[in-house]
Amino acid sequence: MTDTTDSAPRTTIDDGAPCTTPIQSATFSNPINAEIRRAAATGIYDIRGGGAKRKLPHFDDLLFLGASISRYPLEGYREKCDTSVTLGTRFAKNPIKLDIPITIAGMSFGALSGPAKEALGRGATLAGTSTTTGDGGMTSEERGHSNKLVYQYLPSRYGMNPDDLRRADAIEIVVGQGAKPGGGGMLLGQKISDRVAEMRNLPKGIDQRSACRHPDWTGPDDLEIKILELREITGWKVPIYIKVGGARPYFDTTLAVKAGADVVVLDGMQGGTAATQDVFIEHVGQPILACIREAVRALQDLGMHREVQLVVSGGIRTGADVAKAMALGADAVAIGTAALIALGDNDPKWEAEYNALGTTAGAYDDWHEGRDPAGITTQDPELMQRFDPIEGGRRLNNYLRVMTLEAQTIARACGKSHLHNLEPEDLCAVTMEAAAMAKIPLAGTDWYPGKPNTSY
Amino acid sequence: MQTLDMAEIDLREMNATLHAQAENTNQTAWEIENPRGAHAIACGLDAPIEVTVKGSTGYYCAGMNKQATINIKGSAGPGVAENMMSGTVVIDGDASQYAGATGHGGLLVIKGNASSRCGISMKGIDIVVHGNIGHMSAFMAQSGNLVVCGDAGEALGDSLYEARLFVRGSVKSLGADCVEKEMRPEHLEILSDLLERSGADARPEEFKRYGSARELYTFKIDNAY
Ligand SMILES: Cc1cc2nc3c(=O)[nH]c(=O)nc-3n(C[C@H](O)[C@H](O)[C@H](O)COP(=O)(O)O)c2cc1C
Repeated sequence: MTDTTDSAPRTTIDDGAPCTTPIQSATFSNPINAEIRRAAATGIYDIRGGGAKRKLPHFDDLLFLGASISRYPLEGYREKCDTSVTLGTRFAKNPIKLDIPITIAGMSFGALSGPAKEALGRGATLAGTSTTTGDGGMTSEERGHSNKLVYQYLPSRYGMNPDDLRRADAIEIVVGQGAKPGGGGMLLGQKISDRVAEMRNLPKGIDQRSACRHPDWTGPDDLEIKILELREITGWKVPIYIKVGGARPYFDTTLAVKAGADVVVLDGMQGGTAATQDVFIEHVGQPILACIREAVRALQDLGMHREVQLVVSGGIRTGADVAKAMALGADAVAIGTAALIALGDNDPKWEAEYNALGTTAGAYDDWHEGRDPAGITTQDPELMQRFDPIEGGRRLNNYLRVMTLEAQTIARACGKSHLHNLEPEDLCAVTMEAAAMAKIPLAGTDWYPGKPNTSY
Repeated sequence: MQTLDMAEIDLREMNATLHAQAENTNQTAWEIENPRGAHAIACGLDAPIEVTVKGSTGYYCAGMNKQATINIKGSAGPGVAENMMSGTVVIDGDASQYAGATGHGGLLVIKGNASSRCGISMKGIDIVVHGNIGHMSAFMAQSGNLVVCGDAGEALGDSLYEARLFVRGSVKSLGADCVEKEMRPEHLEILSDLLERSGADARPEEFKRYGSARELYTFKIDNAY
């Protein structure tokens, strides 16, 4: 072998010799390098909205088997496939009955404009489902337009008061969020308008960082007493949900149930947020696919599956996702990002304006800056004007209906007369990762990694 | 005087009875016998009634109170008067952690000492502690007044917003962004009113005022990108 270091100086293109292709490092990729330069220039971490953008094992990696000789399908349209779900059957006098198992996740007024919240209420009400407040209190727009409204009880307690508590249809104690399990809220100065500042009792225009821990309880034993207090204040009428990020789903679900939750809301790492550090969004938490079976196992070990309902979220986009989440054992799902897209967020019709903000439709995530061309994630009166809450509500209702029809299509194909009858046995996995995470056999086998009494 | 004896009725019945009192009830005076440290006593009240709790309470007594006057004859467990909106809560003994947490209004008086995180995240409530307070008190306190006639523990007023803190004794340490501030006439006025209303034996001139340096209000960026 000749020693390459001894070879003659490299020839150039001008000499007519072949030149090597410049190779971008997979480690020091262009986006990474751009972030290093941004960090070096500003001295502050990158803050953005949305969920994890990295590719993760997800519902796409699961497929339904469908019916054949051994399974009997149901006829589309003619044969019933029920989609209703009741949440909060464990302790509440007035559980929440929904026509469809797709709820609207908590998104704060502040992060979203008043009209956007109104549109969520309108669309959800038309579709027969619930909306959820967020880190900023309950607005009259939202209470007025949501037939079923879940009131979040967050560490910040912005706008928290017993009157709103008593006019809510359910209470959701937020322990964590999939986008940032262990992190608190963030709302930057551009969005702290007079109204937002007043609702949160904060000085106008500051960069608000909410606490990540609740101020008046610490562990699960305290949480149990906190739930007792909230039930006493509301006369044991409304369900109490506990929302956790996808961190340790088996233990978190177990502890939530022991603390007395009626409903566990489990949000995987793909779940959107209004604003947080990019490093948090991309590097903390587990994908929802890995969380559902563990949460269900916890419920089953306690004899509470279906008695305490499980609502899952984090990257739900289609009726297929809904059906898969339910087949894995969820009672319902929640959507955040997808609802915003249905309203018109990231619509290519604003491409020129996205470009002016240095981004492109589909990638726009600087929701915290409040300059949303679609007028949804903003408090700017002019931008808000662009968004029509009635049209937004119509679009959201349409989208929810399509998802429901899709989920029903799948359920009927699997011979199920209710979405809740979908089961893990209806599924196969197309990747080894998904098989392991969801404990679903790899397609064509009866095996998944980690299956008891098997080896690799 | 109406009496609710917790040796005879359960928590639900007791709270339901108090919740049933409307704005114009003429049963305005209530006594709770045998509280025996129960949690969530007299929480969520919303009527101008007077409730005397004859003993010590567990967690969240008087939570989210509106209008009512609640007097605890013993000591109070964690989170007493949490998220109070209006009314008055007076504790004759000591208060555990998070007294008056996130309170939006009303007056909380602690005649003994308060433990850690007193007034955490307070949003407009007035709190007067005749004794000392523990560490991390007034953490992220947004507005309202915290008056301490004794000493304050470590990290007072960490990440404080616009709440005013008045301490007569020593402060073990100040939390991030909390600084001593000038006591102006309007502050002395607020203070003397609160001291009087809470029956504290102290003079406003003996106090020092602490507040936010407002350095954490905006993210530090070294360039205006
Ligand atoms: C704009 C926006 C604001 C949000 N605000 C809150 C909030 O105030 N409280 C909360 O618990 N979760 C909040 N979330 C998270 C959602 O409740 C939900 O967990 C998440 O959006 C679900 O994932 P998905 O976006 O992939 O559907 C927010 C999400 C978005 C996109």
